[in-house]
Amino acid sequence: MTMRPDPTFHASPRLAMEAPPENFAYTLLLSPDFSKPDALAVIDARPTSPTYSQIVHTVTMPNKGDEFHHFGWNACSSALSPLAGHAFVERRYLVIPGIRSSRIYIVDTKPDPTKARIHKIIEPEEVFRKTGYSRPHTVHCGPEGIYVSTLGGGGKDGTQGPPGVFIMDCETFEVLGRWEIDRGPQKLHYDFWWNLPRDYMVSSEWALPPQFENGIVAEDLLANKYGHRLHFWDLRDRRHVQTIDLGANHQMALEVRPAHDPVREYGFVGVVVDTTNLEGSIWTWWRDGGKFHAEKTATIPPEATPKEKLPPLLQGFGAVPPLITDIDLSMDDKFLYVSCWGTGEMRQYDVSDPRKPKLAGSVHIGGIARRTPHANGKPVAGGPQMVEISRDGKRVYWTNSLYSTWDEQFYPAGIPGVEVMANAAPGGGLELSKDYFVSCPDGYRAHQVRLEGGDCSTDSFCYPSVQ
Amino acid sequence: MGWPLAVSAGLMERSPRALFAALGALATGHLLASLLVFLPFALLVALAEWQHPIQIAAGLLVIGFGIFLLFNRRHPKRLARIPPTQLGLWSFAVAIAHGAGLMLVPIYLGLCQLPASDHDATSTLVEANLAMAVLVAIVHVAAMVTAGGCLAWLTYRYLGLKFVSRSWFNLDTIWALSLVLVGVIALAFTFMEW
Repeated sequence: MTMRPDPTFHASPRLAMEAPPENFAYTLLLSPDFSKPDALAVIDARPTSPTYSQIVHTVTMPNKGDEFHHFGWNACSSALSPLAGHAFVERRYLVIPGIRSSRIYIVDTKPDPTKARIHKIIEPEEVFRKTGYSRPHTVHCGPEGIYVSTLGGGGKDGTQGPPGVFIMDCETFEVLGRWEIDRGPQKLHYDFWWNLPRDYMVSSEWALPPQFENGIVAEDLLANKYGHRLHFWDLRDRRHVQTIDLGANHQMALEVRPAHDPVREYGFVGVVVDTTNLEGSIWTWWRDGGKFHAEKTATIPPEATPKEKLPPLLQGFGAVPPLITDIDLSMDDKFLYVSCWGTGEMRQYDVSDPRKPKLAGSVHIGGIARRTPHANGKPVAGGPQMVEISRDGKRVYWTNSLYSTWDEQFYPAGIPGVEVMANAAPGGGLELSKDYFVSCPDGYRAHQVRLEGGDCSTDSFCYPSVQ
Repeated sequence: MGWPLAVSAGLMERSPRALFAALGALATGHLLASLLVFLPFALLVALAEWQHPIQIAAGLLVIGFGIFLLFNRRHPKRLARIPPTQLGLWSFAVAIAHGAGLMLVPIYLGLCQLPASDHDATSTLVEANLAMAVLVAIVHVAAMVTAGGCLAWLTYRYLGLKFVSRSWFNLDTIWALSLVLVGVIALAFTFMEW
């Protein structure tokens, strides 16, 4: 309990952009063959520091096989919500779920990020018992505490009952229970986010655990059995209000990125692959007259590739699909970054007009067929995947692994984990930074990145930027 | 209390009118919460021979609530369930949860002191007390809304949103202690008169 609000809490996105830049990048390290415990890497992001772009501290977990994926803060700018009326929590603890084990680690980053340590471990049994959910995934800090989405329901393979969102206390980290009161037709889950003053939540769909834990199930994908719907919720009422089906061929609707400025009632979602033509697509959703709408606003084509350059999974198609596996929206809602993990490209779209994204920049790195090395000459396997944007919008960080078993199917030669950064020009344009290149320790891959003091997929705001 | 909500409303709708409408809703909720706490005491005062025990009970109640708030330091999750469109309800719930009306009860009881032998005028007494209760509540809410409204307007029009987080202090302990203090003072006065 503090006397003043945490200085990293900002009333509006504009104030967050004006805040000092990040000093550290927290990155999840995973052991893809489960031979070593997963870890949290603390990377120095201060350009003037002698240890710039190096891992300066590692928090190694006491268990193996957790499979780290996404994570988040215990508190963020949403604590300044005038409705909560109590802004006195600290942005201090990282909440790190194991997507495979359902164990959740709470890591304390104070007093110094380079001395971060485990604060609490929530064992899987507690999550199962209190929520009936499993495989915790996205973490967001919000009005009622910490919200965690899950990919699995109950039972050993997570198929007994639908997955959903549960709530944790933001100070004691006690699992409080399920969030939903009325889930309507929602049966699959992946990402979620919201607009706090407008009081709605949006969630997306990936698949049930048997469809991803042992690798992508090609027959299910071609039969359009992966998720393809968006769900809209009344946030305070915890009630499902509307479903939008993007069409069964639009398989795997993943990251949901609402505009940060709460007066803007729109957002984006990325679809991994269209099974009719292997395209990846970006969809814009918006609210108008109390109803939600969505339309496909950008597509990225597959790249024709000779069979011998393809992994067995793709040989029948003779092409590399872009595989849009992550998207992220800059704090000023101007640029949408799109990871094409298959073709090895990070795209930057100008979304000033949200229903007409314009390609503004692009960087090639890695890729199933292209295998583009880094601009500094170092080889890179995998492709751009989890992407995180600095608050000021000038630096874009990303890593190159998707998910242990899927990595093997698309990149059978293996993916040594790296984290890179590109500088974004204010008017558009993206260029890899030659001196930011983090190699993960041997045998580790990297997944999500979180920036010290908040980033573009953490903080949600209750006041608009417009003055 | 709740003035940042008025700022938020004004900015979200881009209209000063929304700011004042929000202040109105906040004031109404707070007024109702204060009255809900006051009115039972206004009726109780009619039992004139019980005046001192009632004052002592009120004092103890305020002290007890202050102590409860001192020890109950959990993040207020329940208030987060109230939708942003229901500012009046929010204001009512916050006022009850913080004991905003309770703070004034001992002061109000002090204002209502009347000769202890006046048994015949019970109904007049009740009416006078009710009027006094409404008056105290209105004065209290008017003061609050004026102060909050000024802050909201200054932030909205001149100071900018940075003022929201800059001006925000954790007053939990001070508020809880002042409840205890008011209760103690009220008790002291009651015993001196008795």
